[in-house]
Amino acid sequence: MKTDELIDRLAGELAPVSRVAVPRTLALGLGAGAAVSFVAMWLWLGIRPDLASAADTSAFWMKFFYTLTLGCFAFWAVERLARPGAGSRVQMTLLAIPVVVLLVLALVQIDGVSRTARMHLMMGASANVCPWRIAILSLPVFAGTFWALGKFGPTRLVVAGAMAGLLAGAFGAWIYAFHCDESAAPFVVIWYTLGIAAIGALGGLLGRALLRW
Amino acid sequence: MLAAEAQLKALMLSALAGDAATYRALLAALGELLRRYYARRLRDAASAEDLVQETLIAVHTRRATYDTALPFTPWLYAVARYKLLDHLRRGRVRATVALDDAGDLFAEDESEAALARRDLNRLLETLPAATREAIRQVKIEGLTTAEAAERSGRSEIAVRVGIHRGLKALGDKLREGRSREDR
Repeated sequence: MKTDELIDRLAGELAPVSRVAVPRTLALGLGAGAAVSFVAMWLWLGIRPDLASAADTSAFWMKFFYTLTLGCFAFWAVERLARPGAGSRVQMTLLAIPVVVLLVLALVQIDGVSRTARMHLMMGASANVCPWRIAILSLPVFAGTFWALGKFGPTRLVVAGAMAGLLAGAFGAWIYAFHCDESAAPFVVIWYTLGIAAIGALGGLLGRALLRW
Repeated sequence: MLAAEAQLKALMLSALAGDAATYRALLAALGELLRRYYARRLRDAASAEDLVQETLIAVHTRRATYDTALPFTPWLYAVARYKLLDHLRRGRVRATVALDDAGDLFAEDESEAALARRDLNRLLETLPAATREAIRQVKIEGLTTAEAAERSGRSEIAVRVGIHRGLKALGDKLREGRSREDR
């Protein structure tokens, strides 16, 4: 086909584009994936029975906001990385903030306690299942964010894939926190972060294969 | 004519609003920019033209990713560079740099080339229209004389002769200009 014909055809297909198309589609993929994850969590693990009283504890909100701020910064980073040539360094740096804050909180909690108490703060009762469950609950969100990102134009496929993975992991962990009854900051900063990072790594590995356009 | 950032951005903005006429003008202008971009980076003219088309399609299907708060040409060249690197990978040309890092290698100062292009355009303007077109098509865009002949509806020989005379005239003009400066 001649280039002139191609231009005619493309011009004939033109439809107005919303200026918020990128964040909107990304939110759509994220929301759909999170809804599936939430239902999966409910059917598979169940919402913690003491949710109402847990909502009065700072431990519940610590998990809630740790995962949510990670998710929001990752969303912002992915929103930039979806655009050819747009910078995303600021957004990716912001991701460190919740991790550092929770790490400080965890160090404060384990400071000066006995060895067994410290072990308990770090391992809780579910360390062996927590990251796996987070990773599994993240998969529907992963599918949703990659679906959305694939419609756009990421030019750094590995980084974009890793950020989309972190985004999915953070929201998977956010949903898991409705089931999980662990309340120690050391536990959360180790095992939650590990589950989220694992999905981030998966996203980075699959980025080049799944996000090419 | 070298389309400027402001002009292209204005076209892009009204294209995003759905104006098909300006969109056509935008794509035509982008086609020329991309043709130059790829011609300078690929030896094979056919695959350069394929990439021009592929990039125009990408510009079309990914146009929502252009952030209207930012300049337009960096976005365009980021798409073009992505398509170029993708092409090099696909062609199994040994790319020893990761895609994420290779951007810097291809960044270059285009201002000198732009000045040279402007001077060239000014010189070409002094030739008769048919000769000018023939030179542009064959010597700049890289068409064969047969293709140029087909496009202009003249015989291949006429195109060849036209280009020869045109280049000779350009040479005379350049020499004239230089000797005048010397005096």
